[in-house]
Amino acid sequence: MHNQSITQLAAGLRGGDFSSVELTRHYLDRIKTLDAALNSFISVTEEQALVQAETADKRLAAGEGGMLTGIPIAHKDIFCTQGVRTSCGSRMLDNFISPYDATVVERLADAGVVMLGKTNMDEFAMGSSNETSFYGPVKNPWDHNKVPGGSSGGSAAAMAARLCAGATGTDTGGSIRQPAALCGITGLKPTYGRVSRYGMIAFASSLDQAGPMAASAEDAALLLQAMAGFDRRDSTSMQQPVPDYTATLDASLQGLKIGLPKEYFDDGLDAGVRQSVEEAIAVYSSLGAEIREISLPNTGLGVATYYVVAPAECSSNLSRYDGVRFGYRCDAPVDLEDLYKRSRSEGFGEEVKRRILIGAYVLSAGYYDAYYVKAQKLRHLISDDFKQAFSEVDVIMGPTSPTTAFTMGEKADDPVAMYLSDVYTIATNMAGLPGISIPCAPVAGMPAGLQIIGNYFDEARLLNVAHLFQQQTQWHQQLPEGV
Amino acid sequence: MSFDQSEVEKIAHLARLAVSDDEARHLTADLSRILDLVAEMQQVDTSGVSAMAHPLHMSQRLRTDEVTESDRRDHNQHCAPATEAGLYLVPRVIE
Repeated sequence: MHNQSITQLAAGLRGGDFSSVELTRHYLDRIKTLDAALNSFISVTEEQALVQAETADKRLAAGEGGMLTGIPIAHKDIFCTQGVRTSCGSRMLDNFISPYDATVVERLADAGVVMLGKTNMDEFAMGSSNETSFYGPVKNPWDHNKVPGGSSGGSAAAMAARLCAGATGTDTGGSIRQPAALCGITGLKPTYGRVSRYGMIAFASSLDQAGPMAASAEDAALLLQAMAGFDRRDSTSMQQPVPDYTATLDASLQGLKIGLPKEYFDDGLDAGVRQSVEEAIAVYSSLGAEIREISLPNTGLGVATYYVVAPAECSSNLSRYDGVRFGYRCDAPVDLEDLYKRSRSEGFGEEVKRRILIGAYVLSAGYYDAYYVKAQKLRHLISDDFKQAFSEVDVIMGPTSPTTAFTMGEKADDPVAMYLSDVYTIATNMAGLPGISIPCAPVAGMPAGLQIIGNYFDEARLLNVAHLFQQQTQWHQQLPEGV
Repeated sequence: MSFDQSEVEKIAHLARLAVSDDEARHLTADLSRILDLVAEMQQVDTSGVSAMAHPLHMSQRLRTDEVTESDRRDHNQHCAPATEAGLYLVPRVIE
């Protein structure tokens, strides 16, 4: 059953081939058997899952429900789930049982999905390898010595190992797309404001966006359909109508203008990944698309700019963890300052502390203009590059990540090397644009990702462009050994 | 750009983080390297460019000033480390 698409599973549920309870048990059994080695889940919510599955079966028997009714999925542990631990991969929230549901969780539940559990992630979504989690690193299902990417590495690994039929993720600088590429799945970061951030634990509020992680673009379309839309509880949510994402999946690509930014094919790009991406682009030529070279001249500044803006917002957002209202509290504080300082120092891991400190520094008196305001101006230039590009082309394509999955520990002690692995994904977050990563030809047995970037609110086109590639190729159907 | 250890300790205090001497030494090296990366920004002339705070240049949506939330204090305080009579408990601040 786990090799079927959501569309096929929905047909199976309706046709009586299997019930949602049977399907849910099947995934729970897979998690029990396979996840001890992968560590992709922080919490498995077996009891609640079976209750949700029974409810789904009743709705289906009554002829009610939609495409997602009874489909088992996993949520990244950054989304608040009422009554269920929501840890954000941190010791700080190890004891946090959320008093409410995130909008994403609520909307998917309303659509009838079954939640199997909460997936592992880099602590507070800060990382590109899933090695910063308080709950230990996640392994890449394709090679257990390699990282799955991050920060949504648990969702990516669980999806790649088919421990769920779909998953949610969040993307601040590449955290959906990069692990999707490294694990060989499909991951979509929507336009900023497309999906509500309510109940999604904040890292960098002007960059964070939630999106689906799935086996295919078609499955991602079904998940996004339920997730997207205006939410009054998120003040940055956009009042834009949500199109029917599956209706346009098969639209012809004849005459589609694809731009290849020369800066995304620089010396930092691994030769194997380059070849794989070029082969993928050749598939688009054969489908009638026009390919042209473009330039995004400020790409090189993306990482530097990001490591001012994101830490600044993180240091501000994470000031709420003070040991007073929720989360970790140190033992026997002698006074209030000791309570704050020791709760935070003991509750946060190393990478989170580094980023809080960088953020506090760039926002401090005397440095604010030189760092923070300067970064916001560069952000404008990066955004203008895309505006110019989208006056000439419909979509932009390139690699998602400069390499395939790297070895565990390889970059763990070198924060700057780790940051550079997001060089091709960061700029889309800076500009607030949507981007998707889909599997292209593997390189030496490891998955590689093609990134497709679209104009604002053009998710339907991204899904269409990704889907037609997946009709021509089988890379998205390849599974790791033992899965 | 390089930090010295006393600067790291000053920022750590601003961020209300306790750092040991050993940690401060490590952090001094790490933060200096991150700021070297960030220094690339200074090569670009941004005179005449406006700062961008929101990716879609939107301003915050406002709502009418009326009560929309119900009182959920007891429910929300379930996850607090220490409360009494609806209040959050912290070490004594007034002697």
